[in-house]
Amino acid sequence: MVYVIRRLLQALFLALVMSFLVFAGIFAVGNPVDILIDPDATQAERARLIAQLGLDRPFHQQYFIFLGNVLQGDFGNSFVYNRPALGLILERMPATLELAFAAIMIAVVLGIPLGLYAGLRHGSVGSQAIMAGSILGFSVPNFWQAIILIMVFSVALGWFPVSGRGEVGEFLGIRSSLFTLNGLHHIALPAINLAVGHLALVIRLARSGTREVQAQDFIRFARAKGLSESRIVLVHILRNILIPIVTLVGMSFGGLIAFAVVTETIFAWPGMGKLIIDSIRLLDRPVVVAYLIVIVVIFIILNLLVDLLYSLIDPRIRLDGARQ
Amino acid sequence: MRLLEIDDLQTHFFTSGGVVKAVDGVSYGVDRGEVLAVVGESGSGKSVTGLSVMGLIDAPGRVVGGSIRFQGREIANLRSAEMRRLRGARIAMIFQDPMMTLNPVLRIDTQMVETILAHQDMGRAEAWAKARDTLGRVGIPSPDERMRAWPHQFSGGMRQRVAIAIALLNKPDLIIADEPTTALDVTIQAQILHLMQGLVEQDGTGLVWITHDLSVVAGFADRVAVMYAGEIVEAARTDDLIDAPRHPYSRGLIGSVPSRNRRGARLAQIPGGAPPALDRPEGCRFAPRCSFRTHGCEKLQVLRDGVRCWRAGDLPPFAAALTGTAS
Repeated sequence: MVYVIRRLLQALFLALVMSFLVFAGIFAVGNPVDILIDPDATQAERARLIAQLGLDRPFHQQYFIFLGNVLQGDFGNSFVYNRPALGLILERMPATLELAFAAIMIAVVLGIPLGLYAGLRHGSVGSQAIMAGSILGFSVPNFWQAIILIMVFSVALGWFPVSGRGEVGEFLGIRSSLFTLNGLHHIALPAINLAVGHLALVIRLARSGTREVQAQDFIRFARAKGLSESRIVLVHILRNILIPIVTLVGMSFGGLIAFAVVTETIFAWPGMGKLIIDSIRLLDRPVVVAYLIVIVVIFIILNLLVDLLYSLIDPRIRLDGARQ
Repeated sequence: MRLLEIDDLQTHFFTSGGVVKAVDGVSYGVDRGEVLAVVGESGSGKSVTGLSVMGLIDAPGRVVGGSIRFQGREIANLRSAEMRRLRGARIAMIFQDPMMTLNPVLRIDTQMVETILAHQDMGRAEAWAKARDTLGRVGIPSPDERMRAWPHQFSGGMRQRVAIAIALLNKPDLIIADEPTTALDVTIQAQILHLMQGLVEQDGTGLVWITHDLSVVAGFADRVAVMYAGEIVEAARTDDLIDAPRHPYSRGLIGSVPSRNRRGARLAQIPGGAPPALDRPEGCRFAPRCSFRTHGCEKLQVLRDGVRCWRAGDLPPFAAALTGTAS
């Protein structure tokens, strides 16, 4: 419990530091007034608007006003849409979350068994094929993969739609396109595109973990106990290789949410990534700031979850955490 | 019918450097309630022999010849499913490093209960109770609580007790213990020895005790087989071997155990090291290190009358060599 509280305090501090960095970074980019004000406006009008936006105040005052507003959930209005920036982002978040979730599921559900197989049957043709595929998986550029996927599966074979998000279904109060056939049909290609690199990493981690754990005395002892091969692999080996995989999944998930930009753009997926690219292009500062803060918070939450998961998987970590 | 009878066992490892004959024609047997100590230095093939009996030789190794009969049944080339049914049920094994034999991410009860359920048709609760009783039997205090503990919460000696409890769970007929006390403190070693001795006596289990430590063997094992470079060089009753070892290697081993009678004298040692497994001498494999070597030792040596040395009858009496330096 002490451990959790300490981690939460760390997380709060981190969020504060990040808010400062984000604000300072955006402050350094330049004066938004130049974009906001009609070039034909008079000097008096300019001064009035600057004062109204608070841009005439010193940096630290601006920061504290910003922080105060953020703590009340107010990130300001988008210059482009003239609506609350946070609302815009939260509106797009489900689309990005479901895409990232689908990609991670593909990476884990395929990656762990493939990696286990490659580790257990080290040196076999199947294992070598998997490893060669995984090298291909994370060395082929993402955007190129996306284009090839579209060309082959959408244009040439016509199996999947070219772009866009399908129908949204509702299940247990969650609205997601994962709950309709049409939605799944639409998400397949972008999810695969996002998953490939991470799939390759999961395979490699699972394989190296399996090979390492397999040589341990406790696996030999498990064999000596007469356990079935499936129990040895699925319980004794799998539990031991989960830690690096959980780390990777946690980090990847954050990365997928924050940087699904390329995939979302190519597949015209209406998620946060596409919004942020548009906002950067239009210098829509409140949206950019709100986006960065949201991403920081997501990363912090994911890190926390990963650390808590560790202690569930590996009992030794629980003890060490409590002792410190 | 003996409990375990190994005859001319050959276990070879097919490496890129050549064929390593880790076990090269080993024969020994154990009866119910008997303790056989297999003594030898690292690389002598004593552990590989044990693993061969368990069917736990991994590629590139393979049992290529000889027979292993367990309760009269040939098990050297048993199908893996049938071998699995024997392992942990009729033949159990305990390993050297207790810090490494328990899975660090599974609780003790999980690791015990699964061993029972792999072999017996039994409810989980019943298996749990049985596991707890066995844990108590090997001298672990408050077994109910300890069942729910994780391996890292145990000391080395306690973990070896847990491993012994796991080996006992299905009441095996034979236990192969591969240097189970080597990694432990001397006081803990004595406790574990005492525990094993008691358990084997109670249950009438056969025990193969693999060790490099002759001092552990005395007073514990009924018989001793001394292994060197993949072969047995001498097999005898424990008392006979310790009082009057006949093979020069056994003499060297016993002579090098520090003794109170020889306090202050220089510790005896066997000169040189064991031959590399890929380049063993023709004839007697111990000859290059042997102080009794003469013409004739380059001939192939056979195990005759329990000793693999053609000069065994001609050597000076061993006792004289020891008492000469005593007092």
